[in-house]
Amino acid sequence: MQTKNIMIVGVGGQGTLLASKLLGKLLLGKGYDVKVSEVHGMSQRGGSVVTYVRYGDKVYSPVIDKGEADVIVSFEMLEAARWAEYLKKDGVIITNTQQVNPMPVITGAQEYPQNLENKLKEKGINLDALDALSLAEKAGSSKAVNIVLMGRLSKQFDFTEEEWLAAIEQSVPPKFLELNKKAFALGRDYEV
Amino acid sequence: MKKLMLGNEAVARGLYEAGCSFVSSYPGTPSTEITEYAAKYKEIYAEWAPNEKVALETAFGASLAGKRSFCGMKHVGVNVAADPLFTVAYTGVNGGLIIGVADDPGMHSSQNEQDSRHYAIASKIPMLEPSDSAESIAFVKEAFEISEKFDTPVFLKMCTRVAHSQSVIEECERADFAQKEYVKDGAKYIMMPGNAKKRHPIVEERTLALTDYAEIAFFNRVEDGKDNTVGIITSSTSYQYVKEVCGDKYPVLKLGMINPLPVNKIKDFANSVEKVIVVEELDGIIETHCKNIGVQVCGKELFGLIGEFSQNIVAEKLGAEVPCGKALEENIPMRPPVMCAGCPHRGLFYTLKKNKLTVLGDIGCYTLGAVAPLNAIDTTICMGASVSSLHGFNKANEGATDGKTVAVIGDSTFMHSGVTGLINIAYNDSNSTVIILDNSITGMTGHQQNPTTGYNLKGDPASKINLEALCRSVGINSVRVVDPYNLAECDAVIKEELAKAEPSVIISRRPCALLKYVKHAGPIKTNTDKCVGCKMCMQIGCPAVSMENGKVKIDNTLCTGCGVCSQMCKFDVFESVKGDK
Repeated sequence: MQTKNIMIVGVGGQGTLLASKLLGKLLLGKGYDVKVSEVHGMSQRGGSVVTYVRYGDKVYSPVIDKGEADVIVSFEMLEAARWAEYLKKDGVIITNTQQVNPMPVITGAQEYPQNLENKLKEKGINLDALDALSLAEKAGSSKAVNIVLMGRLSKQFDFTEEEWLAAIEQSVPPKFLELNKKAFALGRDYEV
Repeated sequence: MKKLMLGNEAVARGLYEAGCSFVSSYPGTPSTEITEYAAKYKEIYAEWAPNEKVALETAFGASLAGKRSFCGMKHVGVNVAADPLFTVAYTGVNGGLIIGVADDPGMHSSQNEQDSRHYAIASKIPMLEPSDSAESIAFVKEAFEISEKFDTPVFLKMCTRVAHSQSVIEECERADFAQKEYVKDGAKYIMMPGNAKKRHPIVEERTLALTDYAEIAFFNRVEDGKDNTVGIITSSTSYQYVKEVCGDKYPVLKLGMINPLPVNKIKDFANSVEKVIVVEELDGIIETHCKNIGVQVCGKELFGLIGEFSQNIVAEKLGAEVPCGKALEENIPMRPPVMCAGCPHRGLFYTLKKNKLTVLGDIGCYTLGAVAPLNAIDTTICMGASVSSLHGFNKANEGATDGKTVAVIGDSTFMHSGVTGLINIAYNDSNSTVIILDNSITGMTGHQQNPTTGYNLKGDPASKINLEALCRSVGINSVRVVDPYNLAECDAVIKEELAKAEPSVIISRRPCALLKYVKHAGPIKTNTDKCVGCKMCMQIGCPAVSMENGKVKIDNTLCTGCGVCSQMCKFDVFESVKGDK
């Protein structure tokens, strides 16, 4: 099969790394060749962060380039807009509608762009937007945004719910398992 | 069993499986995790040294003692370790010795884009270059074999995309490596002129023998292609981009050893194709070698010398189809990295800015003091440069800048190479003021212990350097400690120390807000009715503080309650927190 590309984008500190870890485990378990790539260091200090997950029969490049992503999972609205160019034709952006102001907006040097959801849709981009923060809080913790989004992402795959839950079980501490299962279900079953 | 493993973790796994038992390194992105993962194996003694020179000399000592040893650093770390490097190349080793170096094309976390392959050539040390995690394990094992067989240290060269990508590996058992006996051998190990003159020819012969080995070794391989109008020579992550774009269309010579490079293998490959293209990031090392041996190739004229590659760049240059996406026609604000909410550096940098000081900066999280709205740093060069260049700046200005210029340097960076600059300030009678930003950890690279923290790499209690006593002992009589959360205290002490006619050190002490043991007061409460929207609290550049409808708004998920913003406010909008004002 042709290599599939999933990008996970967000703001440093939002929990994007756990999401890629979970995906990597799931895909390796399904027998695919997998590469997961991230950048550490400077980008973690509240900066824009991106993780690439690629899988298929044989994966070469560890990164995803413009026009290549089958799915972009975005933890934040502005980041969805920033990385939209990486989406392939017929790809889908799953995004949390949460807004986190970057420093140029905080200092007043720039404004946070308005109506990004509509602007992306007007571009002809297949956008699946949800308030993952509220759903995570409903599940019991604002930190479960990543698992809510994984629940949403799971609808893009043929894998069974059991396979996803097993990967979650391997990736989160036991005491948070029930909370994360709930967060996964809320993301998966959310109706627009 | 198959596993996904980070490139750097795979290097550590390779060290374990190869029977390595000694690691001494200095942290630096993207190399840090090699040593952190190595420290998790109980069979490996692993430590953070104060700098890369000490680390390499330490690892050499362990090799001399007969153990398989490793020393890891980032590309600029090799500059610091270059002194022992060029001479260890002459002495050779006893137990195998690997120097792990991680380059950062694209400068994700670095101050320059230097290509460490030049060091391998200049020091005449062989260099292996893996392109994924499985190769990282295999090449570590091969590097030890080469080290011992050819009596040489061996470079293992990583880059950001190999070091920080996870790919599939399979684990093996650890090999037994019996410590070799140390035998006194002055002609080999005492590098004074008489001996070194005899060693240099041995080094040159070694390079010839290694070149012969490069012709037949498994790590330099030809992969067949259907279309021989073009042949591609490549290595490292560039190989992955080439294969991504071309698959098995063109023949590929994949080089795993970058120094010394084979001669006949390259000539034979070139003769089997119509045109040779070299795909390598940064400088034209392979290309220059090809041209030197009379093989015409196309490389840098096509790909350039700057930044990292990707599959789209390689596709474009090779004339293949380049995918493109739809960009939003929108001015999307950048999201640069910032000092975290609660970062102890913030209050100190605000004070420096307020006093309009010239600030010679250094390498660490606090380099972020250079960005808006603080804009409080004038220079950043390399580890330790703040202290030494402050001395030069003030001396050259003959006293005119003494009272309005400071150096800022972190605790780990000060131990790395700042203390030598401070000795120079004391010794050469400089009226300079150095500020040590002591956040009790090596922050930027992700919380590594250092000689000022009281713990070692393995997490065990360790000797803890007393910074105040150290500064006094080198000849600085005026040493003060301030709490950077207390703006009034910082302001007063900085003014006092700059006014003195003697060198001084101010230690700005407060642990990193991200350290697990640090207890926070919790989000600060605001009485927005009192807020007049003057935006004074915005001048500190805290990501937790913003304005909404002309009033201050605190992000409760980020705010630690450090209280620095409350000290900026003249209208009592912020509820008093412990320790402020």
